[in-house]
Amino acid sequence: MDRHSRWTRSRSSFIFHLSSWLRHLVLIFLGAFFFLPFYWLVSTALKSDAEVFAVPPVWIPKELRWHNFVDAVSYVPFFLYLKNTLVICMLSVAGTLVSSSMVAYSFARIRWAGRDLLFFLLVATMMLPGQVTMIPVFAVFRALGWVDTIYPLVVPHWLGTAFFVFMLRQFFMTIPLELSDSARIDGCSEWDIYRRVVLPLSRPALATVGLFAFINAWNDFGGPLLYLNDERKATLSLGLQQFVSQHDAEWSLLMAASALMTLPIVLIFFFAQRTFIQGITLTGIKG
Amino acid sequence: MRSEARRNLRNGLLFASPWLLNLGLFIAYPIAASFYYSLCSYDALRAPHWVGLENYRTLLTDDPLFWRALGNTLYIVALGLPLNLAVSLGIALLMNQKLKGMAFYRTIFYLPSITPMVATSILWLWLLNPEMGLVNGLLEKVGVQGPGWLASPDWSKPALILMGLWGAGGSMVIYLAGLQDVPAQLYEAASLDGAGKLAQFRHVTLPMLSPVILFNLIMGLIAGFQYFTQVWVISGAIGNKALGGPQDSTLVYALYLFSAAFLDFRMGYACAMAWILFLVTLACALLIFRSSARWVYYGGDTR
Repeated sequence: MDRHSRWTRSRSSFIFHLSSWLRHLVLIFLGAFFFLPFYWLVSTALKSDAEVFAVPPVWIPKELRWHNFVDAVSYVPFFLYLKNTLVICMLSVAGTLVSSSMVAYSFARIRWAGRDLLFFLLVATMMLPGQVTMIPVFAVFRALGWVDTIYPLVVPHWLGTAFFVFMLRQFFMTIPLELSDSARIDGCSEWDIYRRVVLPLSRPALATVGLFAFINAWNDFGGPLLYLNDERKATLSLGLQQFVSQHDAEWSLLMAASALMTLPIVLIFFFAQRTFIQGITLTGIKG
Repeated sequence: MRSEARRNLRNGLLFASPWLLNLGLFIAYPIAASFYYSLCSYDALRAPHWVGLENYRTLLTDDPLFWRALGNTLYIVALGLPLNLAVSLGIALLMNQKLKGMAFYRTIFYLPSITPMVATSILWLWLLNPEMGLVNGLLEKVGVQGPGWLASPDWSKPALILMGLWGAGGSMVIYLAGLQDVPAQLYEAASLDGAGKLAQFRHVTLPMLSPVILFNLIMGLIAGFQYFTQVWVISGAIGNKALGGPQDSTLVYALYLFSAAFLDFRMGYACAMAWILFLVTLACALLIFRSSARWVYYGGDTR
């Protein structure tokens, strides 16, 4: 081996063989950048106004003002918004699980003429910007008298969501077809196979889809903005946004309200971490 | 055999029926209607009134705000997306070896990407507050006079890109999943052939990861062109009552479209904008797909 390449090798191993502690050091530094905003969210939520506006910034509030949270939830009808949001979330999750799994079953486990073309269409629709269909869909919902109801936010989820159909199809295809065949020989109908063979074997994938559907519905802003004008029907996203435009510079309350809205997502992530991570491998990028 | 094919077709259609309804009601009909509206003057109250290509003509030749909005969106996509993909790939690479505290790091990096967008926007509005925000406070500590961020027409888009970087964990976890699928034998074989770590990265990791990079790129592109919630929240916030302010610097495409449709009730005009958005997205995606033949590697027998 000539000197040049040996030099390159030792140099490159210097760059890439960051000893483990150096790697940790970089990660901790980057992690601080990602964590700091969360810290600031919670600490601002617990500060008095004097501390909020102090220059230089106060890192640890002298006295933790938990009362800010009480103020935040009484400024806006927080629990009403929470209830509205949860209703939409639950119905969306239920709809997604039922409809997307059925459609995915059809695409993954039944061989029918036109299936592949329709599946291609399904994937193609994921590329379509929502803005293209937004206005006619709005016109339809308005003609149905559904503006200011939860229907426009829920009903579409009962008709299969392309992304989740795609994910579930990927998973269903990994279940051996022999299982379906032997069930068929035992006299099971297609519906029985779906209900008693495929669904029970797909619990982890269904959990992931349910989780993502919940988070999507919880975080959704565009939908409620478009369809919920009545303040009493608003979701947390919408309510929080209105809170910002109404309460000038009450940062501790704004942070308290934002923290309350974020908390469930954080909790869900902690308790369902494995389901999340499994889901990411399910997005099917591996073909 | 015949009857089996027929039964399968019936069952297949039955199981797929929810989405077939979806396709008709929420995709096919709206696409046709939206195209028709784009050729009309339509305020959602009276029936659409045919104007031909007038909306498109006005947009392209007579509406400086349209170009401003398109430019703002392209700015955010062209700068923010590559930065985002690079940062998330970098973090994923750092995390890829067997590492103590992996779950902890993953949580820290991933959580911001699933935090509600409205909460994220309000939080960053506060962090980037020119006078009292943490970011400028820290910059001052190291002797830098921080910019006005979201309050400054020059710095508002960089501020949005910075906000976006905080959410890079979404693509990071996808990279991480891809990295963990690279077979260890490939690295062994490469190092037997005398490849150093840098060469291994260049000739093993990157090619094996290229389909994932393509996936993240396309997803990021589609999301980037529809960038909306953050600017809506920021626009509605304190002292920033003008939509897309300051000085239209955050008037992104989807925001302009939304305001044309639902604040000004120029729905036909907004539909024309939506079609132009679609064509721009499609053109970019096709360019990327065409170039991908040269840089994306699909392992021959791994699928």
